[in-house]
Amino acid sequence: MAHAETHDPNTPLEYRSEVGRLNILGFWIFLGAEIALFATLFATYMVLTHRIADGPALGELFEVKSLLIQTFLLLTSSFTCGLAVHEMRRHNVKGLMLWMIITLGLGLGFLYFEIQEFLHFIHEGANIGTSAAWSGFFVLVGTHGAHVTFGIFWVTMVLIQVAKRGLTPATSAKVFITSLYWHFLDVVWIFIFTAVYLMGMVMHHG
Amino acid sequence: MKWDEFFVTGDPLIYGADVSIVLTMAGILFYMTRYKKWKWLWTEWLTTVDHKKLGIMYIVSAVLMLFRGGVDALLMRTQLAVPEAKFLDSQHYNEIFTTHGTIMIIFMAMPFLIGIINVVVPLQIGARDVAYPYLNAVSFWTFFIGAMLFNISFVIGGSPSAGWTSYMPLASNELSPGPGQNYYLWGLQIAGIGTLLTGINFLVTILKMRAPGMTLFRMPMFTWSSLVTMVIIIFAFPILTVALALMSFDRLFGSHFFTLQGEGMDMLWANLFWLWGHPEVYIVILPAFGIFSEIISTFSKKTLFGYKAMIWSMLLIAGYSFLVWVHHFFTMGSGAAVNSVFSITTMAIGIPTGVKIFNWLFTMYRGKIQFTTPMLWSLGFIVNFVVGGVTGVMLAMAAADYQYHNTYFLVSHFHYVLIAGTVFGCFAGLIYWYPKMFGYKLNERIGKWVFWLFTIGFNVCFMPQYFLGLDGMPRRVYTYSEESGWGPLNMLSTIGGFMMGIAFLVLVYNMYYSFRFAKRETTGDAWGGRTLEWSTPAAMPPFYNFAKIPEVTGLDHFWRQKQEGKVEKLTAKDIKKIHMPNNSGVPFIMGSFFFVLGFGFVFDWMWMAIIGLIGVIGTLIYRSFEYDDGYYVSVEEVIETEKISK
Repeated sequence: MAHAETHDPNTPLEYRSEVGRLNILGFWIFLGAEIALFATLFATYMVLTHRIADGPALGELFEVKSLLIQTFLLLTSSFTCGLAVHEMRRHNVKGLMLWMIITLGLGLGFLYFEIQEFLHFIHEGANIGTSAAWSGFFVLVGTHGAHVTFGIFWVTMVLIQVAKRGLTPATSAKVFITSLYWHFLDVVWIFIFTAVYLMGMVMHHG
Repeated sequence: MKWDEFFVTGDPLIYGADVSIVLTMAGILFYMTRYKKWKWLWTEWLTTVDHKKLGIMYIVSAVLMLFRGGVDALLMRTQLAVPEAKFLDSQHYNEIFTTHGTIMIIFMAMPFLIGIINVVVPLQIGARDVAYPYLNAVSFWTFFIGAMLFNISFVIGGSPSAGWTSYMPLASNELSPGPGQNYYLWGLQIAGIGTLLTGINFLVTILKMRAPGMTLFRMPMFTWSSLVTMVIIIFAFPILTVALALMSFDRLFGSHFFTLQGEGMDMLWANLFWLWGHPEVYIVILPAFGIFSEIISTFSKKTLFGYKAMIWSMLLIAGYSFLVWVHHFFTMGSGAAVNSVFSITTMAIGIPTGVKIFNWLFTMYRGKIQFTTPMLWSLGFIVNFVVGGVTGVMLAMAAADYQYHNTYFLVSHFHYVLIAGTVFGCFAGLIYWYPKMFGYKLNERIGKWVFWLFTIGFNVCFMPQYFLGLDGMPRRVYTYSEESGWGPLNMLSTIGGFMMGIAFLVLVYNMYYSFRFAKRETTGDAWGGRTLEWSTPAAMPPFYNFAKIPEVTGLDHFWRQKQEGKVEKLTAKDIKKIHMPNNSGVPFIMGSFFFVLGFGFVFDWMWMAIIGLIGVIGTLIYRSFEYDDGYYVSVEEVIETEKISK
């Protein structure tokens, strides 16, 4: 519930309204629930990873090049997203917009290479119905990809609102929350990189 | 799909249900139109974001679901009353025990408690609403839509029949074809969204919206129990979300998570289900513990004994609740080492629970006990719940569990904890806070009849089941032979079940009777309460709850104010304008689109599911672009509402 409040001049814009503060805390807690969600998917994947039935082994199809491009794109996007929030705190709408649009571009690039990779796997005869291991792979990595897709739409909506309304306590809290979401997806990717791709390739190639 | 596959046909019971559903709907439509109630329904209820009204809507829905689940129970008891009965066939029986379990846990126990939490917690912490009132409405509507989707299955498409645990491969496409199992998956998935949002909403509310001076260790015990419950919800419900999604993928897209083909692992489902399912048990018992704590303290006229021990034991229970799930399938064959670990963690839960039991007893020790109906339910809880707890420790011993597993001993055990714990708690809380919700008490004399009828019926129904279980009667069988010798105890159990049914009807009659005849409360303090919800001047708090936010100086703040004769009287000077959130019809519309989405997935009609999905996303976008800062209630309006003389 918004009240007229007095602030320390150093309080970041997104923390200046009560609604903003409540929403940010609530979103942190939501990320806690997301951790539980991804932890369940990771556990499922780990349990099923060697159950390949008649299909190819996971590590057999993984390719280093595609993996590195995806990882580079997503990790860089987390950095540019941080720059965008930095510009927001300097009340620089243009800087915010620029860095956020670059972030979205990198996110789209990530999605492009991920979809290419999925199509490649399907072409090589590994899809969601091939074996328990591939079911686990596609749903874990696909859930992350779906989150990135949702994030791209969400950030776009919020940027439209910033363009229309400028930086207010309300819009800046929204930008900040989407940035938390974006960084979170980056963290999840680091676990996917390690637990799915690295371990998959090491297990396979020895 | 032909129409006779769409509608369930061929059973006179179902035709009877069809007729009664159509007649009820027609009756409601006629009444609403005749008395011009549609606008009232929309503006006062369907669009409300007031936590008290949402709470009442949760409770009304839960009582309806208790009726539905209860009818299921009585149908089962009728079939089992005598050996080799022909009342229900095996498929119909399977459907009924599945819907009974699912409805009672997901659509009755949880919403009943969440309803009470909605009504009470903001008042107990001296807040004007929850942290996210709009989201609270979304929570309610997703729960309600999930429940309705699940409930129509018995007349449209057929009900799920794989048990509320829906073990694979029984719940797979091969062994459970058709829409039934899909109803389970989508009904729970949609309702689960609402539950997770409730978890976040109330955790933030309790952490951030407390009145000045109310530190964490000055919070009423019911608020504490709600806080702990919300933490469990936040970490447990995503597991259910994933498990349901994975089973949906197995059924819709041919993935191999839990299937027998493709090296899927059927027991993975059991593990994921109970990783959520066991914390779920504590989600429905901890708020009940909180309710009993408030009631026992109020009617013993004493501060709760061992306040901090109560809190720490709840936190321990919450932690343990995630560490015991394997005890639901000791017979799966995990080996002695794994079973031993889970056996020990399970028995360990008995310790903090025992601490709580003794604290309630010591709270009553040397208290001036008033035997009101809420207190009777609380006392009944202690006695009966301990019976359930002791048999629970018996089941916790892995070696012995091989004897009890999947018998009526287990059925009786969990009914002793869930009915004597959760249902008694819901009834006690409903009666205790009834004057806060409606401005008058339920009749105490009729209430005592309900208590004795229900409690005696409950014991007559379930005590024999312990012995049936020890004698080897398995659960989930639709009939048994004459030679088994289980007939007499089953008949006794059925008689008890019908006593509970009659008690429910008397409870509903009491609601009607009290609505007509009960004396209306003139103060906000109907029972001589101790906590802030009783400190409002009016029996039913106004929509903004508190004209002036109270300042709290310690535990049982309101009680001490009364003892010291320092209850503040509001004056016009104290009143400032009050900021409140606007009502919104969007949550209801979003819920309706969720229904379209769920129904489409249930029947594998992707065009319909996509329409629903677009609708849900559309309402999300609409909300994102809507900048609604709420409104202010003027000082004059508050003064008028509070009847303050100038």
